[in-house]
Amino acid sequence: MNTRYIYTFGLIMTILVALALAGSTVLLGPIAKKNEDIFNKRQILEAIAKPLEQAGKSVASLSDQEVLDIFDKQVEQAVVTATGEKVEGMKAIEVDMAKERKKPEAERVYPVYEVSLDGKAFYIFSVRGSGLWDAIWGNIALEEDLNTVAGVSFDHAGETPGLGAEIKDNASWKAQFVGKKIYDGDKYVSVNVRKGGAIDKEHEVDGLSGATVTADGVSKMLYEGLQAYQPYMEEADGASKK
Amino acid sequence: MSTTKAKVAEQEPLFGKKEKALLRDPLLDNNPITVQVLGVCSALAVTSLVYPSLVMAVAVVFVTAASNLVTSLLRNTIPKAVRLIVQLVIIATLVTLVNEALKAVNFPIYKQLSVYIGLIITNCIVMGRLEAFAMANKPWRSFLDGIGNGLGYGLILVAVGFVRELFGKGSLFAGSPIAIQIIGPGENYLIDTATTGQWGNTFFGWYANNNLMVMSVAAMFVIAVMIWWQRARNPKLVDIS
Repeated sequence: MNTRYIYTFGLIMTILVALALAGSTVLLGPIAKKNEDIFNKRQILEAIAKPLEQAGKSVASLSDQEVLDIFDKQVEQAVVTATGEKVEGMKAIEVDMAKERKKPEAERVYPVYEVSLDGKAFYIFSVRGSGLWDAIWGNIALEEDLNTVAGVSFDHAGETPGLGAEIKDNASWKAQFVGKKIYDGDKYVSVNVRKGGAIDKEHEVDGLSGATVTADGVSKMLYEGLQAYQPYMEEADGASKK
Repeated sequence: MSTTKAKVAEQEPLFGKKEKALLRDPLLDNNPITVQVLGVCSALAVTSLVYPSLVMAVAVVFVTAASNLVTSLLRNTIPKAVRLIVQLVIIATLVTLVNEALKAVNFPIYKQLSVYIGLIITNCIVMGRLEAFAMANKPWRSFLDGIGNGLGYGLILVAVGFVRELFGKGSLFAGSPIAIQIIGPGENYLIDTATTGQWGNTFFGWYANNNLMVMSVAAMFVIAVMIWWQRARNPKLVDIS
Protein backbone atom coordinates (compact mmCIF):
# COMPACT_ATOMS: atom_id res chain seq x y z
CA MET A 1 0.00 0.00 0.00
CA ASN A 2 2.06 2.97 -1.14
CA THR A 3 1.57 6.60 -0.33
CA ARG A 4 0.44 7.50 -3.82
CA TYR A 5 -2.49 5.12 -3.54
CA ILE A 6 -3.59 6.75 -0.29
CA TYR A 7 -3.40 10.23 -1.83
CA THR A 8 -5.31 9.16 -4.91
CA PHE A 9 -7.94 7.47 -2.78
CA GLY A 10 -8.26 10.57 -0.61
CA LEU A 11 -8.53 12.86 -3.61
CA ILE A 12 -11.24 10.83 -5.34
CA MET A 13 -13.16 10.45 -2.10
CA THR A 14 -12.99 14.16 -1.38
CA ILE A 15 -14.22 15.04 -4.86
CA LEU A 16 -17.12 12.60 -4.67
CA VAL A 17 -18.15 13.79 -1.21
CA ALA A 18 -17.89 17.42 -2.24
CA LEU A 19 -20.10 16.76 -5.26
CA ALA A 20 -22.69 14.93 -3.18
CA LEU A 21 -22.86 17.66 -0.55
CA ALA A 22 -22.88 20.50 -3.05
CA GLY A 23 -25.62 18.72 -4.99
CA SER A 24 -27.77 18.29 -1.90
CA THR A 25 -27.37 21.94 -0.94
CA VAL A 26 -28.28 23.14 -4.41
CA LEU A 27 -31.28 20.83 -4.57
CA LEU A 28 -32.60 21.13 -1.03
CA GLY A 29 -31.27 24.54 0.01
CA PRO A 30 -34.09 26.62 -1.49
CA ILE A 31 -36.76 24.36 0.04
CA ALA A 32 -35.07 24.57 3.43
CA LYS A 33 -34.91 28.33 3.14
CA LYS A 34 -38.59 28.56 2.36
CA ASN A 35 -39.39 26.30 5.33
CA GLU A 36 -37.31 28.47 7.62
CA ASP A 37 -39.12 31.55 6.39
CA ILE A 38 -42.49 29.96 7.16
CA PHE A 39 -41.22 28.77 10.55
CA ASN A 40 -40.15 32.30 11.48
CA LYS A 41 -43.38 33.85 10.24
CA ARG A 42 -45.42 31.34 12.19
CA GLN A 43 -43.51 32.22 15.34
CA ILE A 44 -44.30 35.88 14.76
CA LEU A 45 -47.99 35.11 14.24
CA GLU A 46 -48.01 33.16 17.50
CA ALA A 47 -47.76 36.50 19.28
CA ILE A 48 -51.24 37.36 18.02
CA ALA A 49 -52.60 33.84 18.55
CA LYS A 50 -55.48 35.14 20.64
CA PRO A 51 -56.78 37.80 18.24
CA LEU A 52 -56.32 35.28 15.42
CA GLU A 53 -58.39 32.76 17.34
CA GLN A 54 -61.16 35.34 17.71
CA ALA A 55 -60.97 35.74 13.95
CA GLY A 56 -61.51 31.98 13.69
CA LYS A 57 -57.95 30.90 12.97
CA SER A 58 -55.70 28.79 15.14
CA VAL A 59 -51.99 29.40 14.61
CA ALA A 60 -51.09 25.78 15.21
CA SER A 61 -53.39 24.51 12.48
CA LEU A 62 -52.67 27.19 9.88
CA SER A 63 -51.25 25.63 6.75
CA ASP A 64 -47.94 26.91 5.40
CA GLN A 65 -49.73 28.63 2.57
CA GLU A 66 -52.13 30.37 4.96
CA VAL A 67 -49.20 31.69 6.98
CA LEU A 68 -47.68 33.16 3.84
CA ASP A 69 -51.05 34.56 2.75
CA ILE A 70 -51.59 36.34 6.05
CA PHE A 71 -48.13 37.83 5.77
CA ASP A 72 -48.74 38.93 2.19
CA LYS A 73 -52.13 40.46 2.70
CA GLN A 74 -52.59 41.47 6.31
CA VAL A 75 -49.12 42.27 7.56
CA GLU A 76 -47.26 45.47 6.88
CA GLN A 77 -43.57 45.11 7.52
CA ALA A 78 -41.43 48.03 8.55
CA VAL A 79 -37.91 48.40 9.82
CA VAL A 80 -37.15 51.22 12.24
CA THR A 81 -33.93 52.66 13.62
CA ALA A 82 -33.09 53.33 17.26
CA THR A 83 -34.36 56.87 16.77
CA GLY A 84 -37.70 55.70 15.41
CA GLU A 85 -37.15 56.49 11.75
CA LYS A 86 -38.29 54.07 9.13
CA VAL A 87 -35.69 52.37 6.97
CA GLU A 88 -36.82 52.36 3.37
CA GLY A 89 -36.55 49.34 1.12
CA MET A 90 -36.19 46.75 3.85
CA LYS A 91 -38.65 44.15 5.09
CA ALA A 92 -38.98 43.40 8.78
CA ILE A 93 -38.53 39.67 8.25
CA GLU A 94 -35.07 40.33 6.84
CA VAL A 95 -33.81 41.71 10.15
CA ASP A 96 -31.58 39.24 11.97
CA MET A 97 -32.02 40.11 15.64
CA ALA A 98 -28.95 38.11 16.67
CA LYS A 99 -26.76 40.16 14.35
CA GLU A 100 -28.38 43.44 15.35
CA ARG A 101 -27.62 42.74 18.98
CA LYS A 102 -23.91 42.62 18.23
CA LYS A 103 -23.92 46.10 16.70
CA PRO A 104 -23.54 49.30 18.71
CA GLU A 105 -26.94 50.43 19.95
CA ALA A 106 -27.17 53.50 17.75
CA GLU A 107 -26.72 51.47 14.56
CA ARG A 108 -29.28 48.77 15.30
CA VAL A 109 -32.49 48.44 13.35
CA TYR A 110 -35.67 46.79 14.63
CA PRO A 111 -38.52 45.00 12.86
CA VAL A 112 -42.15 46.10 13.23
CA TYR A 113 -45.05 44.04 11.96
CA GLU A 114 -48.34 45.85 11.68
CA VAL A 115 -51.19 43.37 11.37
CA SER A 116 -54.76 44.30 10.54
CA LEU A 117 -57.31 41.78 11.76
CA ASP A 118 -61.04 42.42 11.41
CA GLY A 119 -60.43 46.15 11.28
CA LYS A 120 -58.22 46.17 14.37
CA ALA A 121 -54.51 46.88 14.16
CA PHE A 122 -51.85 45.02 16.09
CA TYR A 123 -48.17 45.84 16.31
CA ILE A 124 -45.69 43.02 16.75
CA PHE A 125 -42.22 43.83 18.05
CA SER A 126 -39.24 41.48 18.19
CA VAL A 127 -36.98 41.30 21.22
CA ARG A 128 -33.90 39.30 22.08
CA GLY A 129 -32.00 38.67 25.30
CA SER A 130 -30.24 36.07 27.39
CA GLY A 131 -31.67 33.25 29.44
CA LEU A 132 -29.74 31.00 31.78
CA TRP A 133 -27.76 29.03 29.22
CA ASP A 134 -28.10 30.77 25.92
CA ALA A 135 -30.02 33.31 23.91
CA ILE A 136 -33.78 33.78 24.27
CA TRP A 137 -35.97 35.78 21.93
CA GLY A 138 -39.57 36.59 21.36
CA ASN A 139 -42.28 38.63 19.72
CA ILE A 140 -44.66 40.90 21.61
CA ALA A 141 -47.91 42.00 20.09
CA LEU A 142 -49.44 45.27 21.27
CA GLU A 143 -52.92 46.51 20.56
CA GLU A 144 -53.67 49.66 18.64
CA ASP A 145 -53.09 51.83 21.70
CA LEU A 146 -49.45 50.63 21.76
CA ASN A 147 -49.91 49.94 25.44
CA THR A 148 -51.99 46.80 25.95
CA VAL A 149 -50.27 43.46 25.30
CA ALA A 150 -52.22 41.29 22.88
CA GLY A 151 -49.94 38.28 23.17
CA VAL A 152 -46.40 37.01 23.25
CA SER A 153 -44.35 34.20 21.78
CA PHE A 154 -40.97 33.18 23.10
CA ASP A 155 -38.28 30.81 21.98
CA HIS A 156 -34.86 29.88 23.28
CA ALA A 157 -31.65 28.26 22.14
CA GLY A 158 -30.99 25.97 25.06
CA GLU A 159 -33.04 26.48 28.23
CA THR A 160 -33.74 23.45 30.40
CA PRO A 161 -36.84 21.50 29.36
CA GLY A 162 -39.52 21.69 32.03
CA LEU A 163 -37.87 24.70 33.68
CA GLY A 164 -36.55 27.57 31.58
CA ALA A 165 -38.01 26.09 28.41
CA GLU A 166 -41.45 26.72 29.90
CA ILE A 167 -41.23 30.25 28.50
CA LYS A 168 -41.90 28.59 25.16
CA ASP A 169 -43.89 25.50 26.14
CA ASN A 170 -46.17 26.75 28.90
CA ALA A 171 -49.18 28.21 27.12
CA SER A 172 -51.02 29.21 30.28
CA TRP A 173 -48.02 31.18 31.50
CA LYS A 174 -47.78 33.03 28.20
CA ALA A 175 -51.51 33.70 28.33
CA GLN A 176 -50.94 35.82 31.46
CA PHE A 177 -49.28 38.48 29.34
CA VAL A 178 -52.49 39.20 27.47
CA GLY A 179 -54.04 42.45 28.70
CA LYS A 180 -51.01 43.72 30.59
CA LYS A 181 -50.00 47.34 30.04
CA ILE A 182 -46.49 48.47 29.24
CA TYR A 183 -47.13 52.04 30.45
CA ASP A 184 -48.02 53.15 33.94
CA GLY A 185 -49.79 56.37 33.14
CA ASP A 186 -47.24 58.09 30.95
CA LYS A 187 -44.27 56.21 32.31
CA TYR A 188 -42.78 53.27 30.43
CA VAL A 189 -42.53 50.25 32.76
CA SER A 190 -42.70 47.21 30.44
CA VAL A 191 -44.07 43.91 31.75
CA ASN A 192 -42.20 42.29 34.60
CA VAL A 193 -42.00 38.61 35.54
CA ARG A 194 -42.12 38.46 39.33
CA LYS A 195 -40.81 35.53 41.30
CA GLY A 196 -43.40 34.30 43.77
CA GLY A 197 -46.36 35.69 41.86
CA ALA A 198 -47.49 38.96 40.34
CA ILE A 199 -48.32 41.73 42.80
CA ASP A 200 -49.02 44.57 40.38
CA LYS A 201 -51.66 42.88 38.22
CA GLU A 202 -51.41 45.54 35.56
CA HIS A 203 -47.71 45.24 34.78
CA GLU A 204 -46.58 41.89 36.16
CA VAL A 205 -46.95 38.18 35.49
CA ASP A 206 -46.15 35.25 37.77
CA GLY A 207 -42.64 33.82 37.81
CA LEU A 208 -41.81 30.29 36.74
CA SER A 209 -40.77 28.03 39.59
CA GLY A 210 -37.29 26.62 39.04
CA ALA A 211 -36.61 29.06 36.25
CA THR A 212 -35.82 32.31 38.04
CA VAL A 213 -32.81 33.21 35.91
CA THR A 214 -34.66 32.58 32.64
CA ALA A 215 -37.68 34.52 33.91
CA ASP A 216 -35.49 37.45 34.93
CA GLY A 217 -33.95 37.22 31.46
CA VAL A 218 -37.43 37.57 29.99
CA SER A 219 -38.13 40.65 32.15
CA LYS A 220 -34.86 42.25 31.09
CA MET A 221 -35.38 41.31 27.45
CA LEU A 222 -38.87 42.82 27.43
CA TYR A 223 -37.79 45.98 29.21
CA GLU A 224 -34.78 46.65 27.01
CA GLY A 225 -36.36 45.32 23.86
CA LEU A 226 -39.49 47.43 24.04
CA GLN A 227 -37.54 50.44 25.22
CA ALA A 228 -35.63 50.37 21.95
CA TYR A 229 -38.97 50.87 20.20
CA GLN A 230 -39.94 53.86 22.34
CA PRO A 231 -39.01 56.54 19.76
CA TYR A 232 -41.00 54.67 17.13
CA MET A 233 -43.99 54.18 19.44
CA GLU A 234 -44.07 57.85 20.44
CA GLU A 235 -44.08 58.83 16.83
CA ALA A 236 -46.74 56.32 15.84
CA ASP A 237 -48.83 57.24 18.85
CA GLY A 238 -48.48 60.92 18.09
CA ALA A 239 -49.53 60.37 14.50
CA SER A 240 -52.66 58.44 15.43
CA LYS A 241 -53.89 60.46 18.42
CA LYS A 242 -52.53 63.96 18.55
CA MET B 1 -4.64 -5.21 3.80
CA SER B 2 -5.98 -8.27 2.10
CA THR B 3 -6.59 -7.85 -1.56
CA THR B 4 -7.49 -11.48 -2.12
CA LYS B 5 -10.19 -11.87 -4.70
CA ALA B 6 -13.38 -13.40 -3.46
CA LYS B 7 -12.98 -17.11 -3.30
CA VAL B 8 -15.47 -19.36 -4.96
CA ALA B 9 -18.71 -17.62 -4.13
CA GLU B 10 -20.32 -19.30 -1.17
CA GLN B 11 -24.02 -19.77 -1.38
CA GLU B 12 -25.39 -16.99 0.79
CA PRO B 13 -29.17 -16.90 0.98
CA LEU B 14 -30.84 -13.49 1.13
CA PHE B 15 -32.53 -14.29 4.41
CA GLY B 16 -30.79 -17.27 5.93
CA LYS B 17 -30.35 -17.99 9.59
CA LYS B 18 -27.34 -15.69 9.83
CA GLU B 19 -29.13 -12.81 8.11
CA LYS B 20 -32.12 -13.07 10.39
CA ALA B 21 -29.86 -13.10 13.42
CA LEU B 22 -28.15 -9.95 12.13
CA LEU B 23 -31.48 -8.17 12.15
CA ARG B 24 -32.86 -9.68 15.36
CA ASP B 25 -29.96 -9.76 17.78
CA PRO B 26 -29.41 -6.00 18.04
CA LEU B 27 -33.08 -5.57 18.93
CA LEU B 28 -32.79 -7.45 22.19
CA ASP B 29 -29.86 -9.57 23.30
CA ASN B 30 -27.22 -7.44 21.64
CA ASN B 31 -28.96 -4.09 21.83
CA PRO B 32 -26.59 -1.18 21.19
CA ILE B 33 -28.03 0.90 24.03
CA THR B 34 -29.05 -1.51 26.77
CA VAL B 35 -26.42 -4.23 26.26
CA GLN B 36 -23.47 -2.52 24.58
CA VAL B 37 -24.33 0.79 26.28
CA LEU B 38 -23.42 2.87 23.23
CA GLY B 39 -25.13 5.99 21.95
CA VAL B 40 -26.59 6.85 25.35
CA CYS B 41 -25.95 10.58 25.00
CA SER B 42 -28.48 11.15 22.25
CA ALA B 43 -30.86 8.69 23.91
CA LEU B 44 -30.96 11.01 26.91
CA ALA B 45 -31.25 14.17 24.90
CA VAL B 46 -33.93 13.62 22.27
CA THR B 47 -36.38 11.30 24.02
CA SER B 48 -38.61 13.74 25.86
CA LEU B 49 -41.23 13.30 23.12
CA VAL B 50 -42.07 10.27 20.98
CA TYR B 51 -42.18 12.01 17.61
CA PRO B 52 -38.66 13.49 17.63
CA SER B 53 -37.40 10.14 18.96
CA LEU B 54 -39.02 8.45 15.99
CA VAL B 55 -37.47 10.88 13.51
CA MET B 56 -34.10 10.46 15.19
CA ALA B 57 -34.48 6.67 15.01
CA VAL B 58 -35.24 6.80 11.28
CA ALA B 59 -32.22 9.05 10.71
CA VAL B 60 -29.92 6.70 12.62
CA VAL B 61 -31.27 3.61 10.82
CA PHE B 62 -30.53 5.32 7.52
CA VAL B 63 -27.03 6.35 8.57
CA THR B 64 -26.02 2.98 10.04
CA ALA B 65 -27.42 1.03 7.10
CA ALA B 66 -26.02 3.28 4.37
CA SER B 67 -22.61 3.76 5.98
CA ASN B 68 -22.29 0.03 6.59
CA LEU B 69 -23.20 -0.64 2.97
CA VAL B 70 -20.80 1.93 1.51
CA THR B 71 -17.94 0.90 3.78
CA SER B 72 -18.47 -2.76 3.00
CA LEU B 73 -18.45 -2.05 -0.74
CA LEU B 74 -15.18 -0.15 -0.37
CA ARG B 75 -13.65 -2.42 2.26
CA ASN B 76 -11.03 -3.92 -0.04
CA THR B 77 -9.93 -0.57 -1.45
CA ILE B 78 -9.78 1.51 1.72
CA PRO B 79 -6.12 2.03 2.68
CA LYS B 80 -5.64 0.57 6.18
CA ALA B 81 -3.53 3.49 7.34
CA VAL B 82 -6.38 5.98 6.88
CA ARG B 83 -9.42 3.73 7.33
CA LEU B 84 -10.79 5.57 10.36
CA ILE B 85 -10.65 8.85 8.49
CA VAL B 86 -12.40 7.32 5.52
CA GLN B 87 -15.11 5.87 7.75
CA LEU B 88 -15.59 9.21 9.41
CA VAL B 89 -15.90 10.97 6.06
CA ILE B 90 -18.54 8.47 4.95
CA ILE B 91 -20.54 8.94 8.16
CA ALA B 92 -20.19 12.71 8.12
CA THR B 93 -21.37 12.90 4.51
CA LEU B 94 -24.42 10.77 5.17
CA VAL B 95 -25.32 12.69 8.33
CA THR B 96 -25.01 16.00 6.51
CA LEU B 97 -27.30 14.67 3.80
CA VAL B 98 -29.86 13.60 6.42
CA ASN B 99 -29.60 17.03 8.04
CA GLU B 100 -30.20 18.83 4.76
CA ALA B 101 -33.08 16.53 3.87
CA LEU B 102 -34.75 17.03 7.24
CA LYS B 103 -34.48 20.80 6.87
CA ALA B 104 -36.32 20.55 3.58
CA VAL B 105 -38.92 17.98 4.68
CA ASN B 106 -39.86 18.96 8.21
CA PHE B 107 -38.34 22.16 9.50
CA PRO B 108 -40.01 22.29 12.96
CA ILE B 109 -38.66 18.83 13.81
CA TYR B 110 -35.25 19.87 12.52
CA LYS B 111 -35.39 22.80 14.95
CA GLN B 112 -36.46 20.52 17.77
CA LEU B 113 -33.69 17.97 17.24
CA SER B 114 -31.25 20.84 16.76
CA VAL B 115 -27.68 19.63 17.12
CA TYR B 116 -28.52 16.01 17.75
CA ILE B 117 -28.92 15.07 14.10
CA GLY B 118 -25.45 16.45 13.44
CA LEU B 119 -24.17 14.56 16.45
CA ILE B 120 -25.09 11.21 14.88
CA ILE B 121 -21.59 11.55 13.45
CA THR B 122 -20.19 10.98 16.92
CA ASN B 123 -22.64 8.22 17.80
CA CYS B 124 -20.44 5.29 18.78
CA ILE B 125 -22.90 2.79 17.32
CA VAL B 126 -22.28 3.95 13.75
CA MET B 127 -18.51 3.89 13.73
CA GLY B 128 -18.48 0.82 15.97
CA ARG B 129 -20.42 -1.16 13.38
CA LEU B 130 -18.15 0.01 10.56
CA GLU B 131 -15.01 -1.08 12.40
CA ALA B 132 -16.42 -4.26 13.85
CA PHE B 133 -18.57 -5.51 11.00
CA ALA B 134 -18.61 -3.68 7.68
CA MET B 135 -14.83 -3.74 7.24
CA ALA B 136 -14.89 -7.54 7.33
CA ASN B 137 -18.22 -8.55 5.80
CA LYS B 138 -19.98 -8.50 2.47
CA PRO B 139 -22.31 -5.63 1.52
CA TRP B 140 -25.68 -7.35 1.98
CA ARG B 141 -24.88 -8.66 5.44
CA SER B 142 -23.35 -5.33 6.42
CA PHE B 143 -26.46 -3.57 5.26
CA LEU B 144 -28.65 -5.86 7.39
CA ASP B 145 -26.35 -5.40 10.34
CA GLY B 146 -26.72 -1.62 9.95
CA ILE B 147 -30.50 -1.86 9.77
CA GLY B 148 -30.56 -4.15 12.80
CA ASN B 149 -28.39 -1.92 14.96
CA GLY B 150 -30.21 1.21 13.88
CA LEU B 151 -33.52 -0.41 14.75
CA GLY B 152 -32.18 -1.65 18.08
CA TYR B 153 -31.19 1.91 18.91
CA GLY B 154 -34.48 3.31 17.62
CA LEU B 155 -36.55 0.79 19.56
CA ILE B 156 -35.08 1.95 22.86
CA LEU B 157 -35.38 5.59 21.82
CA VAL B 158 -39.07 5.32 21.02
CA ALA B 159 -39.77 3.22 24.13
CA VAL B 160 -38.07 5.79 26.35
CA GLY B 161 -39.84 8.61 24.52
CA PHE B 162 -43.16 6.86 25.05
CA VAL B 163 -42.71 6.61 28.81
CA ARG B 164 -41.32 10.12 29.14
CA GLU B 165 -43.97 11.85 27.05
CA LEU B 166 -46.88 9.94 28.58
CA PHE B 167 -45.90 10.64 32.18
CA GLY B 168 -44.18 13.96 31.57
CA LYS B 169 -46.67 15.67 29.29
CA GLY B 170 -49.72 13.43 29.31
CA SER B 171 -49.68 13.24 25.52
CA LEU B 172 -48.31 10.97 22.79
CA PHE B 173 -46.85 11.83 19.39
CA ALA B 174 -47.13 15.56 20.15
CA GLY B 175 -46.08 17.66 17.18
CA SER B 176 -47.01 14.99 14.65
CA PRO B 177 -50.23 14.68 12.64
CA ILE B 178 -51.47 11.91 14.94
CA ALA B 179 -50.94 13.70 18.26
CA ILE B 180 -53.10 12.40 21.11
CA GLN B 181 -53.68 14.15 24.42
CA ILE B 182 -54.08 11.39 26.99
CA ILE B 183 -54.28 12.80 30.49
CA GLY B 184 -54.15 16.30 31.89
CA PRO B 185 -56.21 19.31 32.82
CA GLY B 186 -58.31 20.58 29.93
CA GLU B 187 -61.03 19.52 27.56
CA ASN B 188 -58.59 18.40 24.89
CA TYR B 189 -57.41 15.46 26.96
CA LEU B 190 -59.00 12.01 26.82
CA ILE B 191 -58.88 11.90 30.61
CA ASP B 192 -59.68 15.38 31.82
CA THR B 193 -58.34 15.78 35.34
CA ALA B 194 -59.77 19.25 35.87
CA THR B 195 -63.46 19.20 35.00
CA THR B 196 -65.78 18.09 37.75
CA GLY B 197 -68.37 15.42 37.08
CA GLN B 198 -66.29 13.40 34.68
CA TRP B 199 -64.90 10.04 35.60
CA GLY B 200 -61.46 11.44 34.91
CA ASN B 201 -61.96 13.86 37.73
CA THR B 202 -63.38 11.23 40.04
CA PHE B 203 -60.43 8.90 39.66
CA PHE B 204 -57.61 11.13 38.49
CA GLY B 205 -58.35 14.44 40.19
CA TRP B 206 -55.07 14.02 42.08
CA TYR B 207 -53.06 13.45 38.91
CA ALA B 208 -50.36 15.85 37.79
CA ASN B 209 -47.75 15.43 35.07
CA ASN B 210 -44.37 14.41 36.37
CA ASN B 211 -41.97 17.20 35.50
CA LEU B 212 -38.97 15.02 36.17
CA MET B 213 -39.88 12.97 33.10
CA VAL B 214 -39.39 16.01 30.88
CA MET B 215 -35.76 16.35 31.92
CA SER B 216 -32.88 14.30 30.57
CA VAL B 217 -32.23 12.54 33.89
CA ALA B 218 -35.53 10.71 33.50
CA ALA B 219 -34.14 8.93 30.44
CA MET B 220 -31.29 7.71 32.62
CA PHE B 221 -33.80 6.09 34.99
CA VAL B 222 -35.95 4.65 32.22
CA ILE B 223 -32.96 3.17 30.39
CA ALA B 224 -31.58 1.81 33.67
CA VAL B 225 -34.88 0.06 34.38
CA MET B 226 -34.80 -1.42 30.87
CA ILE B 227 -31.25 -2.68 31.39
CA TRP B 228 -32.26 -4.17 34.73
CA TRP B 229 -35.35 -5.82 33.30
CA GLN B 230 -33.43 -7.23 30.35
CA ARG B 231 -30.70 -8.71 32.50
CA ALA B 232 -33.17 -10.13 35.01
CA ARG B 233 -34.89 -11.85 32.13
CA ASN B 234 -31.68 -13.14 30.55
CA PRO B 235 -28.92 -13.73 33.14
CA LYS B 236 -26.45 -14.58 30.38
CA LEU B 237 -26.16 -10.84 29.68
CA VAL B 238 -25.15 -9.91 33.18
CA ASP B 239 -21.39 -10.00 32.78
CA ILE B 240 -21.16 -9.01 29.16
CA SER B 241 -20.70 -5.29 29.43
